[in-house]
Amino acid sequence: MVMSMSWFIPENEFDIFVKNLSKKRRLFVPVKENSIVRFVEFKDGIKPYFEKQATSSAKNTIFPQTETLFRFEYKKDPKDLKKFSVEISETIEAPETVVLGTRPCDARGFLVFDKVFLNPKHPDIYYQNRREKSLFITMTCTDPEPTCFCKAVGSSPADSLGSDILITKVKDGFFVETITEKGEKLLNELNLKDGDAYSKEAEKVKDEANEKLESPFDTKGLSTDILKLFNTNFWEKELAHCLSCGVCTYLCPTCYCFNITDETSDSEGERIRTWDACMFFHFTLEGSGHNPRPTKAERFRNRVGHKFSYFPDRYDGMIACCGCGRCIKSCPASVDIRKVIIDLKEAANESA
Amino acid sequence: MTDREEKISELIKNELNNVDFFIAYGRGYDPIHVKPLFVYEEKDLDDLVMNIFCIHNNASYLKTVKDKKVGIVVKGCDSRAVVQLIQEGLINRDNLRIIGIPCTGVISIKKLKEKMDISRVTEAKVESDSVIIKTSDEEKRFEKDDLLADKCLWCQYPTPVIYDHLVGETIEPSRPKELEYKIVEEMEKEDLNVRFEYWNKELSRCIRCYACRNVCPMCVCQDQCVMESRNPHWISLKSNITEKVMIQLIHAIHLAGRCVSCGECERVCPMDIPIFKIKQKMNQIVEELFDYKAGIDLEATPPLYTFQVEEAKIKEREW
Repeated sequence: MVMSMSWFIPENEFDIFVKNLSKKRRLFVPVKENSIVRFVEFKDGIKPYFEKQATSSAKNTIFPQTETLFRFEYKKDPKDLKKFSVEISETIEAPETVVLGTRPCDARGFLVFDKVFLNPKHPDIYYQNRREKSLFITMTCTDPEPTCFCKAVGSSPADSLGSDILITKVKDGFFVETITEKGEKLLNELNLKDGDAYSKEAEKVKDEANEKLESPFDTKGLSTDILKLFNTNFWEKELAHCLSCGVCTYLCPTCYCFNITDETSDSEGERIRTWDACMFFHFTLEGSGHNPRPTKAERFRNRVGHKFSYFPDRYDGMIACCGCGRCIKSCPASVDIRKVIIDLKEAANESA
Repeated sequence: MTDREEKISELIKNELNNVDFFIAYGRGYDPIHVKPLFVYEEKDLDDLVMNIFCIHNNASYLKTVKDKKVGIVVKGCDSRAVVQLIQEGLINRDNLRIIGIPCTGVISIKKLKEKMDISRVTEAKVESDSVIIKTSDEEKRFEKDDLLADKCLWCQYPTPVIYDHLVGETIEPSRPKELEYKIVEEMEKEDLNVRFEYWNKELSRCIRCYACRNVCPMCVCQDQCVMESRNPHWISLKSNITEKVMIQLIHAIHLAGRCVSCGECERVCPMDIPIFKIKQKMNQIVEELFDYKAGIDLEATPPLYTFQVEEAKIKEREW
């Protein structure tokens, strides 16, 4: 943490700010396409869209849906065709990256990733490299939506944790403050106006944003409640309308599960890592053909259990949900994770 | 509760002893989001709704509960999926109790979202041909037809084609059938390059969440689907455009003569990809070639369930 320093960008200079950010680095911004908003790489002609929370999270910016871990090629020995060797080439790609327009929930999501992928005993070098070279410029959420519940999971609409820079919209422009040294270094390069004069106004905006949101449930005792219901039919009935698709997990800022497969053609191929979803049958299918989570009830139980019980139990109480509400808004069957939690607390209470 | 909801509720109450559960419609997290409601016991009916937002095809769940006795509330379009599943011998009519709802159209949330910010809806109601949506800051009135799902604009089956109970009066089809393949015809006016670019752009957003597949009432392969299978290994797990195109083509071709045009694949797409167009193209071909529409006639045999050396309408006939 550094002493917070502040800058100001007048409304009509924001486009220049965006352009300058993209000069030396790869820049991701939220863009509206049809009725949805997603983070894509900025280039000339792209119009960023900051008005509403993006439909998908920003996790693709440092955790791409498909990444090549290495390439391989089988080579035959021309002198003895029965013999062959395998050549492996590394493929780590980690360009300097700035992500502009995340919301506090997006930035918080990566803190969950960090626990897993930056574990000091066995850090994931692919993630680590990209994480170190990435910087998040978050925007204070001045209009949290009714589906937002970040307060219930320990965050808030103006939370700066996980971000490098926080931007707050004030009347005449944008108040910009540094949260980390990385963020400060970047802003020093950009030659912005001093923001001191706007700090009071920005604080007021942030306070108001924080007050706008209520907490739909209390996470106290939740981990135990989930375990209490583990072997009951609660899940089957509560999630009967779940389609067991991957919408919730793939839009989620904290869902980090992946698959590793070899995709080969002829004598060469690559080992890839791709997003995976615990809602899929194949996620836990074992080589023997046995599947410990054969139906969607066990799969959804795992999704809730992982986020609100197993993960916090393992990582100092950190809840693996940032309360962004994307899984609620985009669910084709209107599954509402808040309702699942409220209902499960009630069911656990009744069974006690 | 409206009169219609009361009636549905009463019917379900009476039928509940004959089935393991009933699939109806229930209140979602706000007035415009409805959810498929699984009714196990009478108290579950407290959440029941039946309104213009009940767009989901409840027949989507039938493939997953084949061994159960199930009650189901269906609209006309949904009922076609039930018929097609019975035609194919994939579900057993004797295990079903069906409540049919004559329907004049349901609302596409995506169309509504294009017209207003839908994150804070507090009330939604229908007044003759208008839909009124209230939010915490405004009240908006829309022409109903401007918000209806595409499939409703050419609907020929406003009354379910199969049911045990019908709630309300039969409705005669009044929408122009010619509109059915308009979305396809419009697209085909474009140059091939333009279409190629269009699909490249649209399908690039696919995140391979398989919502389109899981919601499809006719996608009955379920856990064996080749989209994820490693054996056979027909498509890789990469997120390249080639895989994404392949996935949609496999889905469409596997639905030839089976797709009931419920449009659920497109409705559920979290990336708003217009994949219903692909299905409609397939349906157009099937209709031209075999004079067949899926899920209308319990006694009919779906065209690709038979093989005739000379189909009546194939061009090879003239060779």
